[in-house]
Amino acid sequence: MADLLLELFSEEIPARMQARAADDLKKRITDGLVDAGLVYEAATAHATPRRLALAVSGLPVTQPDTREERKGPRVGAPEKAVEGFLRSAGLSSLDDCQILEDKKGEYYAAVIERKGGAAADVIAALVPDVIAGFAWPKSMRWGAGTLRWVRPLHGILCVFDGETVPFEVAGIASGDSTLGHRFMAPDAIAARHFDDYEASLRAAHVMLDAHERAEVIVNEARTLAFAQGLELVEDDALLRETAGLVEWPVVLMGQFDESFLEVPPEVLTTSMKSHQKCFSLRDPKTDHLANRFILVSNLVAGDGGAAITAGNERVIAARLSDARFFWEQDRKTPLEARSAELENITFHAKLGTQAERIKRIELLAGEIADAIGANREKAMQAARLAKCDLVTEMVGEFPELQGLMGYYYAKAEGLDPQVCDALARHYQPQGPADDVPAGPVAQAVALADKIDTLVGFWTIGEKPTGSKDPYALRRAALGVIRILLENELRLKLSPTMQFALSKLGPTLDRLFEGDDRYTLVREAHSNLLRGEGHLLAFFADRLKVHLRDEGARHDLIDAVFALGGQDDLVLIVRRVEALGRFLETEDGANLLAGTKRAQNILRIEEKKDGRAYDEAPDSARLDEPEEIALAQAIDTAETNAGAAVRDKNYEAAMAALAGLRGPVDAFFDAVTVNADDAGLRENRLNLLARIRAATLQVADFSKIEG
Amino acid sequence: MSPSPSADTVDVLSPKRSFQGLILTLQRYWAEYGCVILQPYDMEVGAGTFHPATTLRAIGPRPWKSAYVQPSRRPSDGRYGENPNRVQHYYQFQVIIKPSPPDLQELYLKSLQAIGVDTANHDIRFVEDDWESPTLGAWGLGWEVWCDGMEVSQFTYFQQVGGIDCAPVSGELTYGLERLAMYVQGVDNIFDLNFNGRDGADKVTYRDVFLQAEQEYSRYNFEHADTNALLRHFEDAENECRALIEAGDRQDRHDMALPAYDQCIKASHLFNLLDARGVISVTERQSYILRVRELSKACAEAWLKTDAGGAGEGGGNG
Repeated sequence: MADLLLELFSEEIPARMQARAADDLKKRITDGLVDAGLVYEAATAHATPRRLALAVSGLPVTQPDTREERKGPRVGAPEKAVEGFLRSAGLSSLDDCQILEDKKGEYYAAVIERKGGAAADVIAALVPDVIAGFAWPKSMRWGAGTLRWVRPLHGILCVFDGETVPFEVAGIASGDSTLGHRFMAPDAIAARHFDDYEASLRAAHVMLDAHERAEVIVNEARTLAFAQGLELVEDDALLRETAGLVEWPVVLMGQFDESFLEVPPEVLTTSMKSHQKCFSLRDPKTDHLANRFILVSNLVAGDGGAAITAGNERVIAARLSDARFFWEQDRKTPLEARSAELENITFHAKLGTQAERIKRIELLAGEIADAIGANREKAMQAARLAKCDLVTEMVGEFPELQGLMGYYYAKAEGLDPQVCDALARHYQPQGPADDVPAGPVAQAVALADKIDTLVGFWTIGEKPTGSKDPYALRRAALGVIRILLENELRLKLSPTMQFALSKLGPTLDRLFEGDDRYTLVREAHSNLLRGEGHLLAFFADRLKVHLRDEGARHDLIDAVFALGGQDDLVLIVRRVEALGRFLETEDGANLLAGTKRAQNILRIEEKKDGRAYDEAPDSARLDEPEEIALAQAIDTAETNAGAAVRDKNYEAAMAALAGLRGPVDAFFDAVTVNADDAGLRENRLNLLARIRAATLQVADFSKIEG
Repeated sequence: MSPSPSADTVDVLSPKRSFQGLILTLQRYWAEYGCVILQPYDMEVGAGTFHPATTLRAIGPRPWKSAYVQPSRRPSDGRYGENPNRVQHYYQFQVIIKPSPPDLQELYLKSLQAIGVDTANHDIRFVEDDWESPTLGAWGLGWEVWCDGMEVSQFTYFQQVGGIDCAPVSGELTYGLERLAMYVQGVDNIFDLNFNGRDGADKVTYRDVFLQAEQEYSRYNFEHADTNALLRHFEDAENECRALIEAGDRQDRHDMALPAYDQCIKASHLFNLLDARGVISVTERQSYILRVRELSKACAEAWLKTDAGGAGEGGGNG
């Protein structure tokens, strides 16, 4: 058994691409080895800013021998066929063939035996292929060459079984050496096995394992923080990125002027992180940001890092000055006064300006506020201001602070706390892990924003397809669902969407009048206005996905949606839950079975007779005591279930249906539906249809599985 | 005026003492490498890349090595001379080498050492930063180079210019001269830079040279530039560029690629001025960028039909 060590040494690989590239290298090389019959025991891949490394252990030194039997023409087949076969098998005469026999008689067969080649030869052919076909997110050419790599590739270390595997890629010859840290150990390092490779690199100030680099960074950062009585503001993404920017992490602490702390903490953290890749620190006693930061350098400096720290402090000070400048400038203009600027900003070419959109959201937020018991004026004011921070300097610089800056600026203006809160939270939830807004005003604005987005993009035909959802409409719909369900907000979606659509009309007129697309868009718009069916179905789908994640049965959701007119998500979910509980009882399971049996009989007989049985049964023609009892039970159950549903009391509705179970079972036990008497048969089929009608008070049982 | 006494004892042209010393050191370094040292292009540009010695020379098969200082104007970066880091006019030092040599990173690092950056005590990093110029129809991959967290240079391997694939590929280095000088001189405010390396009464600072200009041009850029005139100039430059592209076209040769490209540079700068005046809406912005890009593409295609663009060399792309 032998080991393979491969290293591709290049100019600095972007941090965000390293982990994926290491995985890809491992997959492509090991797949190629396995395809060539070289099965391995273990493989590990690593990445640093300047290298991708792969170690594969437990490989055989030669490929296994192979034997292939190729079936040829029958003995005595025409000469042409025989010749063709010999040619394709690479044989010169029939003497090289064997004659084998199957059920139909004798045939020629070529047996091709191949000696397994040296694994080193397989590797020498495989690695150049993998390099040439490597899929970087973005790749480039350099010099006068045509090879593409993420940045110029300089060296290939390829050692198998202790020996260099010789090959060349675009003028780069493979070898058994690499280079250490760019500044601290730039000399060549020879390596023949992974262990000495890793150890020599470590001695040359290269820590090969990104996880180890991240561990070092986070541990040293915590230690430095602790020594100052502070704690690290943890940030996994930043940690991964910094680990991808150094081969030898050296963690240092710097500070900045305390006066910067008057700027909101998120601004300081974002500025230090996004521009300088520095971590923030907080004082655990006050939970406030400290005027210190953590930087990760790539150098054990001769002066202990004094110059590096001083340089970084200077840059951080300049960055924070910019941030403070924005903070001070932005506050000179009240948010409301920024509305005018939004008139010049296109939200979407087919949906008008931000100002038009805000007007729609404002009106919609008012409607929704009324429906969910939020303060109408505050919701409308918050909606009016919610997007104003988009034109502030700060959000221009740090788009990720949208919403939050609106909050800070509104707070600084002394606006109502609920309004401020709505500005901060109306984008929520931004993902499955994000909270939904808690305050009613924020909820109204968040719902209005998302519903306007959904009806808008639906109208212009920009619906999500497959994996493509550029406007994050699925997230918007899920946001609406979660806000409504988690806060038990009773909002009828259909009229709400109708309202939103009606407010879109004037924008569409302005944008499309006199345009070829006008009719098309107006048609889509009025279709949605009439039925909005597709959009409600989209909500149903998203609700199913959401509830499935929470463990609910999707067929029960279908059974409730199939009733039609279901647009109050809270009630839908309550009904689904009650239905689920009911079906778990013996009465429920049996009633479901009985109802399905009734439906099956009806379906078959209706098809046979070419007519529907949906008339009221004639009570005079009810004959057997069981059918008389059933007819009465259905009337009672239907009345009671209907009343309970109107009271939104789904438990009671289910209980009412439960009363049907006994009479239904008894009916099927005692009564023959397909009676010889045609009139009797018709009446009984009509009675079966009544079972279906009664259960439709709570759900469409035909959609339920089982 | 008599020379300052200290001038006899200290090296007034040390890159650590004077702004001009930094420039001279870089020029000497790259001249020794074999670069043609050019002077700034005599037109208003937003970056050294716009100099035809970079844009046009990056296209076509012919090798090229050049270095030069380019005054760069970014109207919207003006702060009336009140910001210690931002100015609407500053200097870039530009190096362009085609084909990019395999040791370009090392050459660059040695140039930093030449201007006094000690790589044993300073943290130099190559941080991903892909370069794209929508108006030039150009892009490349590379990094911003950090020194102790400060971006001191842009390092780019050109992949496309004027919509044309670069083969061979040029390596482009752009040094932010003021930032580097602030760093090696250890000052926090750009206007405090020592320009001539002298002390006392003989000392000339960046403030002495440029503060008034910053104030006046900020006023002009943000408040007084006549936007209607700028819009007309933009149209004029655009029309002139198209006319020259057409007039110089000799089927497989072109004999006015450079004058045409001048008009493209003009249009690009006028667009920047209009942008700084805030008279271009978001939607219009895109269409202006596209209009300039069309010009640069036409110029790039014309350039390929000239001698310097490699016309008649039988597609000898390295």
